[in-house]
Amino acid sequence: MSDKMIDVFFFGKKYKVPENLTIMTALEYAGYQLVRGVGCRNGFCGACATIYRIKGDTELKTCLACQTKVEKDMYVATLPFFPLVKQPYDIEKITPSQAIMMQLYPEIYSCVGCNACTKACPQGLNVMQYIAYAQRGEFDKCAAESFDCVMCGICSSRCPAGISHPQVALLARRINGKYLTPKSKDLENRVQEIKDGKFEDFIQVLMNKPLDEIKKLYETRDIEK
Amino acid sequence: MYTDENMLASIEKVEAARQNNAVLEPKRMDADEKDTLLQTFHPDYIQNQFAKLEIGPNKGEKAPLELVDLLQGKSRVKENQFNLDNPDYDVDVLIIGGGGAGTAAAIEAIGTGAKVLVATKLRMGDANTMMAEGGIQAADGPNDSPAIHYLDAYGGGHFAAKPELLYKLVTEAPEAIQWLNGLGVEFDKRADGTMVTTHGGGTSRKRMHAAKDYSGAEIMRTLRDEAINRGVTIVDFTAAIELLLDNEGKAAGAVLLNMETGEHLIAKSKTVIIATGGAGRLHYQGFPTSNHYGATADGLIIAYRAGAKLLYQDTLQYHPTGAAFPEQIFGALVTEKVRSLGAKLVNKDGVVFMHPLETRDVTAASVIRECKERKMGIETPSGGQGVWLDTPMIELKGGEGTIERRIPAMLRMFSKYDIDIRKEPILVYPTLHYQNGGIDINADCMSNIENLYVAGEAVGGIHGRNRLMGNSLLDTVVFGRDAGRNAALHAKDVKVGKLSLHHITKFEEERTKAGITSETLSPKLLPSYTHKKK
Ligand SMILES: Cc1cc2nc3c(=O)[nH]c(=O)nc-3n(C[C@H](O)[C@H](O)[C@H](O)COP(=O)(O)OP(=O)(O)OC[C@H]3O[C@@H](n4cnc5c(N)ncnc54)[C@H](O)[C@@H]3O)c2cc1C
Ligand code: SF4
Ligand code: SF4
Ligand code: FES
Repeated sequence: MSDKMIDVFFFGKKYKVPENLTIMTALEYAGYQLVRGVGCRNGFCGACATIYRIKGDTELKTCLACQTKVEKDMYVATLPFFPLVKQPYDIEKITPSQAIMMQLYPEIYSCVGCNACTKACPQGLNVMQYIAYAQRGEFDKCAAESFDCVMCGICSSRCPAGISHPQVALLARRINGKYLTPKSKDLENRVQEIKDGKFEDFIQVLMNKPLDEIKKLYETRDIEK
Repeated sequence: MYTDENMLASIEKVEAARQNNAVLEPKRMDADEKDTLLQTFHPDYIQNQFAKLEIGPNKGEKAPLELVDLLQGKSRVKENQFNLDNPDYDVDVLIIGGGGAGTAAAIEAIGTGAKVLVATKLRMGDANTMMAEGGIQAADGPNDSPAIHYLDAYGGGHFAAKPELLYKLVTEAPEAIQWLNGLGVEFDKRADGTMVTTHGGGTSRKRMHAAKDYSGAEIMRTLRDEAINRGVTIVDFTAAIELLLDNEGKAAGAVLLNMETGEHLIAKSKTVIIATGGAGRLHYQGFPTSNHYGATADGLIIAYRAGAKLLYQDTLQYHPTGAAFPEQIFGALVTEKVRSLGAKLVNKDGVVFMHPLETRDVTAASVIRECKERKMGIETPSGGQGVWLDTPMIELKGGEGTIERRIPAMLRMFSKYDIDIRKEPILVYPTLHYQNGGIDINADCMSNIENLYVAGEAVGGIHGRNRLMGNSLLDTVVFGRDAGRNAALHAKDVKVGKLSLHHITKFEEERTKAGITSETLSPKLLPSYTHKKK
C-alpha cells in the first residue's frame, strides 16, 4: 500500500486514504462494510456504478468504483441501484424486426442525440450509436457495438429521454444470437448423434475399463495442435 | 505502467527472447514429474494448512483451516427463535443463489409450472458466473466426442470424478450449448456458423466455446433476462443462513436474512436447491482471489449443519494466472484463454519454463516453484512476486488485432493502469479460483438429505480433484437445469411435514461434546475488508 495519503469525500464526509486504492477499496479502508454496490470487484457485473466530482470542477463524472483509482479531493456518491425499465417478452415468439423495438421500447425514438449516454459509459461504448442501430432494427450492429456492456445503468441515469439502454441492447443481442447469426451445423449434428446413441458404446467402454488402462489412455492421448 | 527498474530490465530480456520463445514448443511434463511438482508446491499439499473435522457428516476428514472453522461454527440463529407455522414464503422450489446454476435451475423449474423463489445474497447475477471469461466446453467438433471430453476431464481431475456425474456433464454438453444459443447467447462463430473454439489447459481437442472474454457475463445476463421474462420471483440481498428440515428430516425451506435490514424471513418449500457457488473470499492460506464478493461457501456450511455430506472439501483450485501487478487488481483473473491464444509463461530472465497449457494445478505449482525454489520470479513493489505472461506473443502469432477481438476485457483491465498488453507482458501469480469440492450428490442432483438438491460450484465430485477450464460454466448449465427440473417435478409428490430447526440444536450439542469452543458465527456471508483502526 502506498504511504501517500490523500483527502477524499464519501457521501460528503472527508476521509484520508492511501492514494493508490480504487474507490471501492478506499471506501472499505475508510470503514464502510459494503453490502450494496459491490459484486465481482473486477469490472464485470456493473454493481458498483458511481458518480464523482473533483473539488473545484463542476463536471459530474461516472465510473465503476472497483475499476477507478481515488483522486485527491474527489467527491464520491455510489449509485448501487438504478431502476431500469425491463419489458418482458417471449424470445420464442418475437420476430427479429424493427417492429419489436417500437413495441417494447418506443422511447428509444425520442433520443435527442445529446450523447450524454456515451460520455458516461465506463466501458467506453458508443451508446448513442447502438441505440441508433436499435432504432433502425440493425440488431447485429447494435449487438456488436454493445457487447461489452456490464449493465451498470449509468448511461440511463443521464438520459433525458428516459431510455433503458442496457435492456434495449440485451434484447438486440438476444435476437442476434438466436435468430440472425447462422446456426452451427456441427453442434446440431452432435446433439442429434448423442440423442441417437452414436457415442454411447464408446463412452461405456471407456468408463468400464480398469483404472490403469484409463490412465494409460490419458497419458498417451493425442493432443490437437 | 511499469516504472520499477528491476521490472523494466527484466522486460527487456523478455522482449529480446520473444521471437524465439513464441515459436518454441515446450515439452509437456510426464505423470511422475507432475506428481512430484504438485506434492512439493501445490497449496493443497501443505499439511499444516488443513485440519480434521471433529463433528458432522465428514468427521475425521480434513478440510482447509478456514473452512473447518466455519463448518464447525455457531449458527446465527436459535431453534425456537421463530414461529415456523406462518412462513413468509410458501413455494414449490426454493433456490438459494442467483448465479448461473441457480438461474438455469429457476428457468427450468418454472417451465414445469412450479412456484419458484430465488433468494440471493447480492443481486441476481453478482456471482462467479458473471466473471467467467474464457469459455465453456462441449465436444461438438467433428474430431471430438463425449468420450474424449470424458477422458480429458477425468484425467485432469486425477481420476477422482464421480463417473456418473462426469458422464452427464460431457454427454449433455452439446445440448447445453444449443439451449444457451437458443436463448440468444452469442457465441464466437465464423460466417458459416461454425463455432470458434480454442484449447484450455489439459484439453486434447479445441472445444472451448466463448463469447469473446465475456463468456460468463454473456451467459449470466441472458439467463437473468430469461428468468425475469418467465416471471420467476427473485429476492435480492437476501441470504439463506440456515436450512429448514421437516419432522422427517427432509429439506423443507430456509431461514433467510435481509442483508440490509437484518430482518429474518422464513421460506417454506417442497424442495430446495443450493446453488451458492464458491469459496474464494475465504482467502485460504492468505491467497488473493478471483472470486466475487459473496463467495464464502455458505451453501456448504448450512448443508453440512443439516447433515449433508461433502466430497473433496480439501481440494481447491489456484488459478495459475492471477494479476500480480498492479496492486489495484491484485488477484484478479487473467483468463486461461490468454495462454490458449499463444502467450507463454516466462521467468525473469526471459526463459520459458513450462508448456503453457498444462492443467491448472500443475501450472500453478510450476509458477510457485519458479518463484519460491528457483528464485526466478520478478519482485513487485508491494513485496509480492510473479512471472511474466508474455501477451505480445498473441499478436505475433495471430496477427495484429487478435487481442482486441478475442480478449477485450483483458485489454481494458490493464489499459486502465496504462499497461498495453499488446505491447507489454503482464505479471502473474496464482490466485484462489475455484472450490473443486462441495456437497456430494447423486446423478439426479440430490444430496443425501431428501429433497435437497445442489448445482454448480457448490457440488463436489463432478470434476474430481481438479477442474478443467470451461467445464464449470458447463456444469452450472447442465446440473443447474437438471436440478431445476428434478426439484420441480419431485415437488409435485412432496408433502411437507412440520418445519423444524432442531438440527441446529443437535449440532450445537455435538460442538459442545467435541469440546469446540470457537465463537465463529457461520455462514460467513461477507468478507470484512474494513480498515482495522483501533
Ligand atoms: C474470474 C472467474 C473466471 C472464471 N472463468 C471460467 C471460465 O472461463 N470457464 C468456466 O467454465 N468457468 C469459469 N469460472 C468458474 C465458473 O464461473 C463458476 O464456477 C461458476 O460460474 C459457478 O456458478 P454457480 O452458479 O455455482 O455460482 P455463482 O455464479 O458464484 O453464484 C452463486 C450465487 O449464490 C449467491 N449466494 C452465496 N451465498 C448465498 C447465501 N447464503 N444465500 C443466498 N445466496 C447466496 C451468490 O450471491 C451468487 O449469486 C470462472 C470463475 C471466476 C471467478
Ligand atoms: S452501455 Fe450503459 S449500462 Fe452498459 S456499460 Fe455502458 S453505461 Fe453501463
Ligand atoms: S443520453 Fe439518451 S437522449 Fe442522449 S443520446 Fe443517449 S440515448 Fe439519446
Ligand atoms: S463490482 Fe462488479 S463491476 Fe465493480
